[in-house]
Amino acid sequence: MEKELRLMKGNEAIAEAAIRAGTDGYFGYPITPQSEVMEYLMEANPYKTTGMVVLQAESEVAAINMVYGGAACGKRVMTSSSSPGISLKQEGISYIAGAELPCLIVNVVRGGPGLGTIQPAQSDYFQATKGGGHGDYHLIVLAPASVQEMADFVDLAFELAFKYRNPAMILSDGAIGQMMEKVWLSPPKERSKTVPGWATTGKPPTRQRNIITSLDLDPNAQEIFNQKLVAKYDKIRENEVRYEEFLCKDADYLLVAYGTSARVCQKSVQLLRAQGIKAGLLRPITLFPFPSKRICELAGRVKLMLSVEMSAGQMVEDVMLAVNGKIPVYHFGRMGGIVTSPDEVVENLKSKIIGG
Amino acid sequence: MAEATGIKEIIKPENLVYCKTKIMTDNVLSYCPGCGHSTTHRILAEIIEEEGLQSETIGVSPVGCSVFLYNFMDLDIQEAAHGRAPAVATAIKRLLPEKFVFTYQGDGDLAAIGTAETIHACNRGENILIIFINNGIYGMTGGQMAPTTLPGMRSSTSPYGRDVKQMGNPLKMTDIVATLPGTYYVTRQSVHTPANVRKTKKAMKKAVQYQKLNKGTCFVEVVSNCPSNWKMTPTESNKWLEDNMLKYYPLGDLKTPQEQPA
Repeated sequence: MEKELRLMKGNEAIAEAAIRAGTDGYFGYPITPQSEVMEYLMEANPYKTTGMVVLQAESEVAAINMVYGGAACGKRVMTSSSSPGISLKQEGISYIAGAELPCLIVNVVRGGPGLGTIQPAQSDYFQATKGGGHGDYHLIVLAPASVQEMADFVDLAFELAFKYRNPAMILSDGAIGQMMEKVWLSPPKERSKTVPGWATTGKPPTRQRNIITSLDLDPNAQEIFNQKLVAKYDKIRENEVRYEEFLCKDADYLLVAYGTSARVCQKSVQLLRAQGIKAGLLRPITLFPFPSKRICELAGRVKLMLSVEMSAGQMVEDVMLAVNGKIPVYHFGRMGGIVTSPDEVVENLKSKIIGG
Repeated sequence: MAEATGIKEIIKPENLVYCKTKIMTDNVLSYCPGCGHSTTHRILAEIIEEEGLQSETIGVSPVGCSVFLYNFMDLDIQEAAHGRAPAVATAIKRLLPEKFVFTYQGDGDLAAIGTAETIHACNRGENILIIFINNGIYGMTGGQMAPTTLPGMRSSTSPYGRDVKQMGNPLKMTDIVATLPGTYYVTRQSVHTPANVRKTKKAMKKAVQYQKLNKGTCFVEVVSNCPSNWKMTPTESNKWLEDNMLKYYPLGDLKTPQEQPA
């Protein structure tokens, strides 16, 4: 079958891609600006066609624990929410990471803290990339910058989640969730019949019982488990870094931006180049693992870096760690649900060049 | 050697009147002497063996004294976050509808932090068995007041007795879920005497068999004791249970279906 071209909202693309990726279960709770994900799934009613379970839970807390239960059966399961709802899910996400279960969590970010706003923001970067819940763990974090990537990253997230037995997150924002773009949809995949060896499906006489837990009261055993997680995250850092470069080869000044901000910055780079300023853009696609190595390399070639985020400055800390003091690193961003304009980025970079 | 031969003679299959169910592992139980958890575990394990459900069963253990349930039963088991077992079990059953799914939860887990998950799973009529151990106290954390602690009952966080004006009244979760259309069979039992152990086994067996009909949630409360945190001997605790707990939590079926199990 061939790919199919559709005009869709980012949230709808996630939902349609989930059905086509052979997802076994979706468990959600309404919250703006991502409610279209569950609405689309309920209307599509994939249980009738693929057997995919779609369930509206009584809370985000229940939804993420349903994801835990489904993932522990070896199924492809997911949830989606937006910032306040993702905060509620953090306990469950920590348990999922601790039990080493694969799953997909979608965060269509809105401004915060608290109830904040329903407009787009990128202020959940720390929460997504540094753990989020309690304990030492990481999610695999993918940052789509288009409706196309919203669709494409569903399958990619599941693939990585199962490869590493680790929860994966799509960190989007209200702009990409709500905007409509053309999207090429992959042909539907059948739901997998493969049952991972660790899954709880009822103990047959042919194997030992399977236990899914994140508990170990013996500190020595718990530390060995923590070390195992660290080794896994190192492997993910080694193998799964993804990023995109735009006019970086001859750049004197580098913008670093992901998601919606990267779309804005691409325009800013063109505007700057028209003014004779050689700017480039590095767009991290994976936020964990972060493209630290590539940013470090580029730090040897450019004069300064500007991290552009719709936040008070979160990813900029990872850029600084990668640059390790070699060149100046700055942050620029709007907050509260305001999307930065390309001109603002241009002016800000120029002020940093003059200031430097 | 004569003695060994004697034992061999005694353990001939035709002479056996009782043996440990194969569903219970040989791991040492972490429960205090005289605690109702051990008895309830054995009842459930025996039923799973008798019904031939080992390969069909997925259990969900809670946070609380029975958190290590997965060490004691030779079954596939998931350990859930505190109070979330009904949500976890919901997804398991929805994704594996042919399987037998149970949760095993204490009163803090089911009736305090997990109230929402309990009520909503029952209200959706999830086809799972919920086993609810009610001993009126938080056992694992050392005897704090539970939602089910009786009025006037002392605990480490109600050292002068539960003052219902300050601390609210004990929550009768079993009565609440019995009112929901989603529940199919709701019963309250106890394991404090041999006669009650037999009654509980009968009720739980019915619940397991009803479960196969997939007609809604089956809910079995077991009123239990906590000798350590009630600061009593096991015998005293069983007496106290009979004199006090059962007055507030009377035993018997709260909701019985018309149909008989297949």
